[in-house]
Amino acid sequence: MSNGNSQGGGGIDMSQFFQVFFDECAEHLGNMEGLLLAIDPATASADDLNAIFRAAHSMKGGAGTFGFTDMTDVTHVLETLLDRVRKNEIPLTSEMVDVFLQAGDVVKAQLAGHRAGEDGLSDTTPASEICVRLQQLIDGGAAAPAAAAQAASAASAASAAATVATVATAQSYRIAFKTAEPAESLEKVFANLRVIGELEIVVSPKPRKRGKTAQQWELRIAAFASAQKLLEQFDFVKTEGDIGISAVVASPAGAANPAGVADSTAAATPAAPQLKLVPAPAVEAADDGFGFFDDAVGVPSIESKAEDGFGFFVDIVPPVADAPVQSPGRRSTDQPSVVSGIAGRRDNDKVVVAPQVDTLINLVGELVITQAMLAQNGATLDPVIYEKLLNGMAQLDRNTRDLQETVMSIRMMPISFVFSRFPRVVRDLASKLAKQVELKTEGEGTELDKGLIEKLSDPLTHLVRNSLDHGIESPAVREAAGKPAKGTITLRAFHRGGNIMVEVIDDGAGLNREKLLAKARERGMAAPDTMSDQEVFQLIFEAGFSTAEKITDVSGRGVGMDVVRRNIRDMGGHVEISSNPGGGTRISIRLPLTLAILDGMSVAVGEEVFIIPLTYITESLQPLPEHIKSIAGHGRVVQVRGDYLPVVSLHEVFNAKPNVTEFHKGIMVILESEGTKAALFVDGLLGQHQVVIKSLESNYRRVQGVSGATIMGDGKVALILDVAGLVNTPKAVFAEAA
Amino acid sequence: MSEPQIATATAAGAVVKAHAANEFLTFTLGTEEYGIEILKVQEIRGYDAITRIANAPEFIKGIVNLRGIIVPIIDMRIKFNLGTPTYDQFTVVIILNVSGRVMGIVVDGVSDVITLAAEQVKPPPDFSVHLDTNYIIGLGTVDERMLILMDIEKLMSDKDMGLIDKSSVH
Repeated sequence: MSNGNSQGGGGIDMSQFFQVFFDECAEHLGNMEGLLLAIDPATASADDLNAIFRAAHSMKGGAGTFGFTDMTDVTHVLETLLDRVRKNEIPLTSEMVDVFLQAGDVVKAQLAGHRAGEDGLSDTTPASEICVRLQQLIDGGAAAPAAAAQAASAASAASAAATVATVATAQSYRIAFKTAEPAESLEKVFANLRVIGELEIVVSPKPRKRGKTAQQWELRIAAFASAQKLLEQFDFVKTEGDIGISAVVASPAGAANPAGVADSTAAATPAAPQLKLVPAPAVEAADDGFGFFDDAVGVPSIESKAEDGFGFFVDIVPPVADAPVQSPGRRSTDQPSVVSGIAGRRDNDKVVVAPQVDTLINLVGELVITQAMLAQNGATLDPVIYEKLLNGMAQLDRNTRDLQETVMSIRMMPISFVFSRFPRVVRDLASKLAKQVELKTEGEGTELDKGLIEKLSDPLTHLVRNSLDHGIESPAVREAAGKPAKGTITLRAFHRGGNIMVEVIDDGAGLNREKLLAKARERGMAAPDTMSDQEVFQLIFEAGFSTAEKITDVSGRGVGMDVVRRNIRDMGGHVEISSNPGGGTRISIRLPLTLAILDGMSVAVGEEVFIIPLTYITESLQPLPEHIKSIAGHGRVVQVRGDYLPVVSLHEVFNAKPNVTEFHKGIMVILESEGTKAALFVDGLLGQHQVVIKSLESNYRRVQGVSGATIMGDGKVALILDVAGLVNTPKAVFAEAA
Repeated sequence: MSEPQIATATAAGAVVKAHAANEFLTFTLGTEEYGIEILKVQEIRGYDAITRIANAPEFIKGIVNLRGIIVPIIDMRIKFNLGTPTYDQFTVVIILNVSGRVMGIVVDGVSDVITLAAEQVKPPPDFSVHLDTNYIIGLGTVDERMLILMDIEKLMSDKDMGLIDKSSVH
């Protein structure tokens, strides 16, 4: 921020006004992009054109006031062209809309740069390129309106060439850090980085023994990954001040431009991590990186960060978010370190206050547990003697519940935060693949946990891209099949039971069962013809599994879908696919409402208590002795309404001493996970609770069959079962036996 | 800034002479007396309400709730095959904070806190194959007592302990 201050400040504290401008500008950009995406060049209404013009004009005015000349330059040309279009001097073409969108991206990047406190983008190539393009369109229109389209298409060919050049270029980052770790132990980190991208060690200290003093390192990496992702590799550098990462704007020529190395003193400033995301020129690159699916770890794309940040979201931050921060002015003066520290993503206020919110939620979780403990102990007291105390406890119970509900709602955000980026993704990709696609979104108001929102973005992008590339056919094929030339992709979110369902539906070709089976056999997987459709479709989530005939730069390498499934599993969710050939595919993601709390059923095995997430339980029953059968000596099945379900005995899995060993005397809990069912045998059911999920891994390690732990009303720890793992236990047992 | 410095300080702690005058918490396992750096100790508490973890090594007794965080408990008496593992109201658990992780160790008893000057610490004898002395920083002498000074961080992050997943880098 400091650079920006001194630049336009003139002694007075201008930072509060900057903040207002940044927020407004982001809003204008979002509006402009939304309008441009919705516009149809043939029938563009004067109102829309005026609105777009106003947005560009306001940005230009603001940028001029604060002395951001780079932004003024671009918005000026943009405004000039828009002005002529709205006065009907030049007809609007779809090429123009593309260029306008690109110009919007450039301004977005410049805005990001200023927000991060740079004097401007270190590489001005994209800005000057876009100015030239816009100028061409203006000139073309003025010289001969009839030739406008021609000029525009020539221009777009030129830009296509430019795009290709950028495609090959990954985003470059300069990473400087200090550590006392010896070079050998860093080698592992470097190896990881080499997987992500091309690594060059710029500065390395002289090798010596692990000592007390930290040594300076400097790396340069060209990768399709986001800065955040790269930063994760440096977890060992304990303090954020000791590591600086800055995006180096890759010039279209491909080589990292030394002049583009931004702010070489970044690492020396211990105040804040330099996490600058300079999106615009890299948008294409990042976007295509995603398409290559090289980022096998589900890296959040730069594009997503950029758009989360500066496009759509600012204007739909729910009112709660504003509560802790009263005015932009106050925010920027009171919390300068926060603002500059997370400059790349301080866009919505909820993200900024996230750590406090998480602490709050943890504390409330503790309070709920304590309250439950008190209630348990209080239940034994004589209500006549302790009437007042018990009344107080009842009130505490109510208050705690209200508090918990309110606090949990702070974390909730509408799913439109994710959905709103897709119109652009679909539009860009459809034009690249020469397909006609309409994107419909339903249930954008559905709220889910902030943590889930952030994690959902990547898997959904994968799925939408896949639907577009593999699902939707080209217009000619569609028409031949008697379908409308324009395909439809629907994003839908809704509540079902205690879950959020997110669906990606396309009306494309659908999955080909035979092809999937053939491919599975080719890869040496066991794929009997008797596999259910659900199981066959799940094959597409296997690593390296792709039925695409040719690898495009969008998808087809078979990396990606396995990442999707893993990401969603990590969120505690599940993916299910239904598809009919010729009719399309529906991919349903089932997610828990929140990451922090789940509804669970507590079950007993001997003295021990386990929690089963309620979402996996279809029913519980006590079987009749004649319903229990065994198969080939080992492997028991229970007959439930005509189905034979494998039995998993919880006491065997966990080596516990059960009170009941005969199946018909205990309880069978029927579990379903990803289309697979199993019956879990336990001593008995204890009750249903909302439990606060605690990580086992923060102090211990992953435990087979367990997804986490929670604290019960009596203060004891209970383990939460990993149902997906348990349901697959019979398969593992059979594999061992065979 | 402070955290890495602490980390480097403990890294250097393996060198005996770095312990110019360090404080150690001493505890007993059977008839042997051990000492661990006091800075690694978070608190001392009793042994109760433990939840067993299936298929874990015998010396990992399970996990407990320590004011909302889940903490694994290791019985050092089983790990080192010393003393008789009995669990009653006198059983003591030392809660450690080792490289950012919280864990508890069960010992026979906690004695006191002792300050040892560098000259009171002798390097451990080399038992070669019979005994792994990797986790021993040195032997401290206080009057007639011999303290085995343990590098608890090294011991707890050892892969044989199975406390930390292979994948997590530290």
